[in-house]
Amino acid sequence: MSEKIIEIKSIAKKFGLFEAVKDVSFHVNQGDVFGFLGPNGAGKSTTIRCMLSLVKPDSGSIEIFGKSIFTHRNDILARTGSIIEKPDFYKYLSAYRNLEIFSRLSRLSTSKQDIYKMLDFVGLGGREKDKFSGFSHGMKQRLGIAQTLLHNPDLIVLDEPTTGLDPQGIIDIRNLILRLKNEQHKTVILSSHNLAEIEIICNRMVIINKGVSVVEGEVKALMNNEDLVVRLELSNKEKAKALILAQYPNMTITDINETNIELPIEKSMISELNKDLVNAGIGIFSIEAKRKLEDYFIKMVNT
Amino acid sequence: MIFIKSIYNEVIKIALKPRSYLGIAAITVLVGVILFALKSDGMSIISFVTSSFEQTLSFEGNVLNGNLVAFIILQMLIIQIPLLIALVTGDLVSGEAAMGTIRMLLTQPISRTQLLLSKFIAGGIYTLVVIVWLGFMSVIMGKLLFGTGDLMVLNSDGLVILQEADVNWRYAGGFLVAFLALFTVSSLSICLSCFTDNSIGPIVTTMSIILLFTIIGTLDVHVFDSVRPFLLTSHMASWRSFFEDPLPILDIKNSILILLIHNVLLISISIYVFNKKDITA
Repeated sequence: MSEKIIEIKSIAKKFGLFEAVKDVSFHVNQGDVFGFLGPNGAGKSTTIRCMLSLVKPDSGSIEIFGKSIFTHRNDILARTGSIIEKPDFYKYLSAYRNLEIFSRLSRLSTSKQDIYKMLDFVGLGGREKDKFSGFSHGMKQRLGIAQTLLHNPDLIVLDEPTTGLDPQGIIDIRNLILRLKNEQHKTVILSSHNLAEIEIICNRMVIINKGVSVVEGEVKALMNNEDLVVRLELSNKEKAKALILAQYPNMTITDINETNIELPIEKSMISELNKDLVNAGIGIFSIEAKRKLEDYFIKMVNT
Repeated sequence: MIFIKSIYNEVIKIALKPRSYLGIAAITVLVGVILFALKSDGMSIISFVTSSFEQTLSFEGNVLNGNLVAFIILQMLIIQIPLLIALVTGDLVSGEAAMGTIRMLLTQPISRTQLLLSKFIAGGIYTLVVIVWLGFMSVIMGKLLFGTGDLMVLNSDGLVILQEADVNWRYAGGFLVAFLALFTVSSLSICLSCFTDNSIGPIVTTMSIILLFTIIGTLDVHVFDSVRPFLLTSHMASWRSFFEDPLPILDIKNSILILLIHNVLLISISIYVFNKKDITA
């Protein structure tokens, strides 16, 4: 069993009368890429801020690396890198100067070469002396990633890291997270509105809604618990429907258009259905599993 | 070690921020204008003051010398300097909140108290630089342009004439007390800066408080008698005490003590508020 890196138990936080977080609990294991999901205003940012000691929760406990954030704040933050919401740096300073400022506060001694290497690593090589005020959103995001990784943290917290990035930037960040997990065995918490991204990158996740953690677990296990909705694009829709109903009389088949139908089916039965349709001489142009994380997410937050 | 690095960071940030040079530039221009005015027509101003004493005293030698020029400059500018200090120090915490960098700073392994104290120290270093520059521009430039000589000071008790050899240590003492008063202004603005995420608010509030206290201090109303001795502004002009003869040691000690108490209180309040603060910016 993996070691627990983070254990959050029943945290709650009020701002005046507004209950931003009511009851959030979850844990993150060593080496997880952990998805942190929830609609806007669900309490994700407040929870992350509590984890990083930016906001003090009214109740509950937060343990990171086996220590309480309330009593071992500096030791925990020394091993943590984070981007909260968006990376904000000193506008009047260059990329290099900004990283230098933050690297001085880390416990790891960082040389000029380390900073140059890191800027190169995130694709900002050659822009070291450019002022932050002149950076595009994507460049700011990359500089934020550089600052997060510069002191070689064990835990990386990324809040919406791909927001505003172009498609190539999104792929780069996604690959970077996977490299951090696979090559350096880092633990990553990824809060994102891009649910497909969570589905692709994360192995575990928690869904937060209205300040409460709704569900937590392995992404694959959570996805496999439920039936899928499969969309089929066929050469002969009517013949296919007759065949399916003959085998599964209670099946509800939905017509989408002249060639497409949708039907709820268990994941394990897709290959069998495929074989039956092909054997009956029905051409299958595409099979698309429709119940993705989006559907699961919507179902959970509307429960 | 991380505390020293944090102080260095704060000093670097102040040094690289264009706004920080406004104070230095303003002093250069203001002192330059006063020096030019005194060089062009200084004697007529001096004659206006000395004429009332000419029936009983005769003035010989270089009356309008560097020592007198420096005293005139300090007298004229010491009221404006707090604004120049607050312009930079009032932004040290709230400016970071407005920019969002406070979030980045507070996720580093340095305690909030250490981070805040490094800002107070950096604010103090900036104040010292401003005072040293004011000293250079007034005393050194004054002596270079007007030569040296005995210092003639007109205060509430009458005319005080200080020997040339007796002046330099008084300037040193005067500047030290002026530094302490301005450091208190810096502490006040940083303290106010802990309460808000708006970078202009603490600067305006600091100036408003100084203005209000100055008015209370000058209003000859009995109801304020009990608070007047404890107001920061009542001790901002204490540097002048160094140019009295005999030296009012007790008054100077009292001013230093009250300014130090102000600093301890303001820094303590700031640490308490900053440690309790939820960073939602």
